[in-house]
Amino acid sequence: MFSRFRKSWQALTASEEPAKPETAPSSPSPALQAKTLEFDIAPNDPLLAYFLSAPGLVEIDQLVMDSPALRTLNQAGVKISVPLVSQGELIGLLNLGGRRSEQEYSADDRRLLQTLATQAAPALRVAQLARQQQAEARDRERLEQELRVARIIQETLLPKELPNMPGWKVAAYWQPAMAVSGDFYDFINFPDGKLGVIAGDVTDKGVPAALVMATTRSVLRAAAERFSSPGHILSHANDQICPDIPANMFITCLCIVLDPRSGILRLANAGHNLPCQCTPGGVNELRATGMPLGLLPGMTYDEVEMTLQPGESLLIYSDGLVEAHNPQREMFGFPRLRQSLPCAPQGGWQGNNTLIGLLLDQLSEFTGPGWEQEDDVTFVTLERLEAPTSSESPAEASTASFETWQVLGEFVLPSEPGNEITAMNMVTEIVRDLTLESVRLERLKTAVAEATMNAMEHGNQYRDDLPVEIQVLLSPTRLAVRITDHGGGNPIPEPESPDLEAKLSGLQSPRGWGLFLIKNMVDEMNIHLGDIEHGGTHHTVELILNLKGNDHGSAPV
Amino acid sequence: MARHQFEAKIRHESGKVIIDLYGEINAFAAEDLNEAYDQAEESGSTDILLNFTSVDYINSTGIALIVNMLARARKAKRHLILCCLSDHYLEIFQITRLGDYMDIYPDEQTALAAVAH
Repeated sequence: MFSRFRKSWQALTASEEPAKPETAPSSPSPALQAKTLEFDIAPNDPLLAYFLSAPGLVEIDQLVMDSPALRTLNQAGVKISVPLVSQGELIGLLNLGGRRSEQEYSADDRRLLQTLATQAAPALRVAQLARQQQAEARDRERLEQELRVARIIQETLLPKELPNMPGWKVAAYWQPAMAVSGDFYDFINFPDGKLGVIAGDVTDKGVPAALVMATTRSVLRAAAERFSSPGHILSHANDQICPDIPANMFITCLCIVLDPRSGILRLANAGHNLPCQCTPGGVNELRATGMPLGLLPGMTYDEVEMTLQPGESLLIYSDGLVEAHNPQREMFGFPRLRQSLPCAPQGGWQGNNTLIGLLLDQLSEFTGPGWEQEDDVTFVTLERLEAPTSSESPAEASTASFETWQVLGEFVLPSEPGNEITAMNMVTEIVRDLTLESVRLERLKTAVAEATMNAMEHGNQYRDDLPVEIQVLLSPTRLAVRITDHGGGNPIPEPESPDLEAKLSGLQSPRGWGLFLIKNMVDEMNIHLGDIEHGGTHHTVELILNLKGNDHGSAPV
Repeated sequence: MARHQFEAKIRHESGKVIIDLYGEINAFAAEDLNEAYDQAEESGSTDILLNFTSVDYINSTGIALIVNMLARARKAKRHLILCCLSDHYLEIFQITRLGDYMDIYPDEQTALAAVAH
């Protein structure tokens, strides 16, 4: 950086901090015109030390010194230099060439110069600082403008509207600590009517976190296209994120798949804060274990399932709330959060009286006025409304009310070839009293046999110490058969339509029909990955038949 | 419990070769089914009719065996015809699109009449 200014005296050279080792160009010219000579004085140039140690006039043409700066001054025809020193720093030189009369400068001239230099130095310094501040302000303004745009872009990555489901109220709140945030949430509508709810928190905050947030959101969305179980979504997303994420960064993430018809929600958690189920009887934390995303590839995620009853809410929240401090440096903390959570008032949360509103009130009361938000704060709440009274609409009341499952029968079979037929016959026996239409019963039998065979073969590898558990359940509207293996091994792939032409021409194995068949035989197939008590994992394939009402008719014919 | 039971018997009718299938078509049926197909192919008949009247169970492995047999038939320029599938397995043959590659008839008489000319 150079400062320049002109004086009608004669020539004036201003030089700023002696930073760069090389000199700036100066064209030799008669020293009679006022001009600016720009050059740097190297930090190790002896002339610099000389100027700083000998304030006052310096007779340049009489100095003898091995100094590049001195040569520059001499070449420019400078006779006298007056160092402009402010706070021990050389900020410029007032240079004079020879007088027009070719006489020496008089004592008066010298006094005048000295006085001028004394006053010019601080003025020059002020001018330099002002200019520097202007430049910094411009830079800051540009950065702030960029951040404002980044914030707008980031807001477009959040859901533009809240899910609207009969019998449910969903609310969300997102407040970054800085312009942009590492927190995010997302809603995904699955084709079968279920709702995916995702909440994530990238380590750190600000721009680095926001960049990782944007990627993570896309990866999770892509995973939800392929998988419908929360554990698989997280596991797949983790494998995608691991290779690219910067070291020391990771994402905690909660993934929930909610069936709004039954209130059943299944969740998997990659190290995020435990969601809270707010019931009239108190607050339950829903615990499912799993590593944060982006730390290690190949992770699997436990799933837990629970039912949100009418009048209950689920709260999902990020660190910004529980890690907020008050002026006494106390932390808001989990215990305070639990105490803050009331169950919904009679008739649900109304108007401005919401669970999120209440938590924000608690937070501002705790932190006091003038709190500088320490971390991003995000909330998502899922509230299941009280079932409408029967006078309103009996049909809707029955679908919106809680789905109770009754166990019709359960049994355990060893993993032996052929046992799928036993499973099929036993399930047929268990559901006999339901008098299913024979077409539907045949479809269920095939699905049960195929799922049992998969459990014995792929899950348990036909090991005789690993059994298959089968449970048959009934709700007022649906029949479910849950088939569980104990192999703990590989995730069950999503069913794809086998390519018959490829199989016939030998390009594809003739096998691989199992999952495809199962999916086509029942109204719904769900795959759950669960935790066994003594470590390891199991798979449960859940087969659902709708018993009445909106029968999807399952298989196309 | 009746299980692992499969049988395939060769029969000739109106100059056509018929394979009568009995029991469960699953992994255990592989050997017998392939053997029966070998015999049918050797008999020289272009049309091979599979009669499913006495089949009470076909699983995904059984479907793979039929896919495999169909692939062999196409290679050997043989024509696979099916008859007497239950409604349920007819549906499965349609879902899997096997029905697009094989003519399926409700009974043996119709099947034989269809390939007679």
